[in-house]
Amino acid sequence: MRTIDAKDMHYKDLNEMIKELVNAGEDVINLKNVNGQRYIGDNLNGSTKINIEGTPGNDLAAFMDGLTIEVFGNGQDAIGNTMNDGSIIVHGHVGDVVGYGMRGGSMYIKNDAGYRVGIHMKQYKDKVPVVVIGGTPGDFFGEYMAGGCMIVLNLSNKKDIVGEYCGTGMHGGVIYLRCNDVEDYKLGKEVIKEEATEEDLKEISKYIKNFSSYFKYDYDKIMNHKFIKLHPAGHRPYGKLYA
Amino acid sequence: MLKEGNIRIPSGCAISGIIDRSGAVFSGQIIADSIATMHDRSNGLGGGFAAYGIYPEFKEHYAFHMFYDNTKAKQETEELLKANFVIAYEEKIPTRKTESIKNAPLIYRYFALPKLEVLNANEITDEDFVVKFIFNVNKNVDGAYIFSSGKNMGVFKAVGYPEDVAEFYKLETYNGYMWTAHGRFPTNTPGWWGGAHPFNLLNISVVHNGELSSYDTNRKYLEEFGYSCTLQTDTEVAAYIFDLLLRKHNLPVSLAAKVVASPLWNQVERMSLKEKELYHSLKIIYSKALLNGPFSLIVTYDNGFIAINDRIKLRPLTAASHGDVIYVASEESAIRQVCKNPDRVWIPKGGEPVIAEIDQQNVSEIFNKKEVTA
Repeated sequence: MRTIDAKDMHYKDLNEMIKELVNAGEDVINLKNVNGQRYIGDNLNGSTKINIEGTPGNDLAAFMDGLTIEVFGNGQDAIGNTMNDGSIIVHGHVGDVVGYGMRGGSMYIKNDAGYRVGIHMKQYKDKVPVVVIGGTPGDFFGEYMAGGCMIVLNLSNKKDIVGEYCGTGMHGGVIYLRCNDVEDYKLGKEVIKEEATEEDLKEISKYIKNFSSYFKYDYDKIMNHKFIKLHPAGHRPYGKLYA
Repeated sequence: MLKEGNIRIPSGCAISGIIDRSGAVFSGQIIADSIATMHDRSNGLGGGFAAYGIYPEFKEHYAFHMFYDNTKAKQETEELLKANFVIAYEEKIPTRKTESIKNAPLIYRYFALPKLEVLNANEITDEDFVVKFIFNVNKNVDGAYIFSSGKNMGVFKAVGYPEDVAEFYKLETYNGYMWTAHGRFPTNTPGWWGGAHPFNLLNISVVHNGELSSYDTNRKYLEEFGYSCTLQTDTEVAAYIFDLLLRKHNLPVSLAAKVVASPLWNQVERMSLKEKELYHSLKIIYSKALLNGPFSLIVTYDNGFIAINDRIKLRPLTAASHGDVIYVASEESAIRQVCKNPDRVWIPKGGEPVIAEIDQQNVSEIFNKKEVTA
C-alpha cells in the first residue's frame, strides 16, 4: 500500500507517480488531497485499487483497462471515457458525459449524474459495461446507446427519474429505471418501454447487490419496487436510410 | 511558434464566481486561487476579474478603467472625458512587473460623474449618457477602450493566464463582496486585451465559457437600441443584453434568465396555462435576445450574480454554498480550492439559473442609493 499527498501537485507529476506504482504491481494506492487533477487512472491496466480523497479532475479513468478506483467525494466530467475494463465507485455525484463510449467494466455512482451519461456505450461478447446511478441522471441519458446496461435507482425519489431525450438514437443495450412509469415525451422514438420481468431483475440483481454493499443500502428495499425496462426497437435504426 | 490549427491545445474556458451575501468583503486572492485551479482550461490568451465593492471611497462615481494603445489615444480620450465629466480622481492603475504579462497597454482609471449641464443639455439620464460616451470612445477614438464603467466595481483583464493577471493587477490588495474570474481559450476570435473577459457595461459584467452562435442576430438586435459591438468577441453581446433586460426593461433577473436560455417550444407546450402565456410572449418579444449555442456564464449586477447554462447544457457549471457565501465555477475543484467543506454542492440543470444576491438589508448600506424624500 502506498499513500500520495496530491496537494497542489500538477496532474502530470501525480499521474507519472501513479503509473509507475501501477506498473510495478502495487496493490493499493491512497491519494489524499486530490483537487482537480485530471486524467487519474487513464490508460492504465492491472489490478491496483486507487482510493481517492477529494475531488478528482475531468477524464478520470479514461481508457482504463482494469483497476478499481474509489472516490470518496464527488466526481467531475467525463469519467470512464471509452473505459475498457475495471470498476469505478463514486461516493457522491458526478458531472456530465460520464461513461462516454464505455466498452467494459462497471461504474457505481451513489448520487446524481449530469447530462449525457452513457452516450454511445457499446458491448461485444462478454464485454458488457454497466453503470448504476443511485440518484438521477440529466438529459440525453443513453443517447445513441449501442450496448451495455444502465440502471437508475432514484433513491431520493425525485420527480423526474430521467431528463429529456433519454435513449435518443438508442440501438443496443438496456436501461432499467426504478419507477412505476416514465413519461413518453422523455424517451427517444427508438425506445420500447415495458415493465421489467423476473428474469430481467435477476439479471441486474448482482449489480444492485454491489451497489448496496458499496454504499450501505438495504438490497431488499431497493429491489422491492417496480422497474421499467427500456430497450431499442431494432439494432439497425438507420439500416434503410441509405438503401 | 506553431500557428493556430497546427497545434492542438486540449482546453476550454474556465469561469468562477463568489459572492458573500452578507456584503462582507474579501480579498481578490481568493478568486485568483479558485480560477488558478483550472489553469489547464485556458491557454494564456486571456484572463480577467470583476470585483464589486472595491471602491467604497468613490462609490457614487463611475469608475472608468481604460486601455490606451498610446499617449495620443490617452490625450484624445481625456479631452472628451473632461469636457463631459467632473473627475474626482484619476490615476494609473497600479500593476507589478510580471514575467508572463507582456505588451501591456497604458492602463488608467478615472472616478467621474457626468457634468450636470451636459446631462441637461442632452435631456438624458446619467446612465444612458455614460453608455453613449463609452460607445463613442470605443468606436471613434483609435486605440482607446473603456473596459469597465460601473460604480464601486471594476474589471481587471489582460492577455495571460488568470493567476498571472491577478498578480499583475495586485488583486490581493483589493477587497470586494463579489468577484468573478475568467480563464480564456479563444476559439473564433483574437486573443487581445480588450477581448479578455469580463465584458462590462455600467454595473453589469459577464464571464463566459462557450460560443454564441447567435452573435450576429444578437448584435443586430442590440444595435436597434443604440448598442455598438466593438470588442471582436461574442461574449460582448451577453453583457449588453443583460443591460437591456435588467436596466432598460426592468425585467426580474429570473425572467431575464428565461430570455437568454428560453425554454424550448415543446417544453412550453407542456406548461400550465398561465406559464404558457408568459413564455409564449417572452419567446416572441425577445426572440433575438436568445443566446444560442453552448454556454455557461456568470452575469454580475449591482447586488448579485446569475450563473446559467445553455438549455441543453453543453458547458459545465457547479455551484456550492457555505454559510452566506455562494460559489459557482466550471469545476467543483475550483470551489473546493477556496472552500474545503461547503454546506452544499450541486450541479444546476441546463437553463436553470443560480441566482445569488446580497441580503436586502445590506443592499442600501453598500450602495447607499440616493433616495430623496420629498
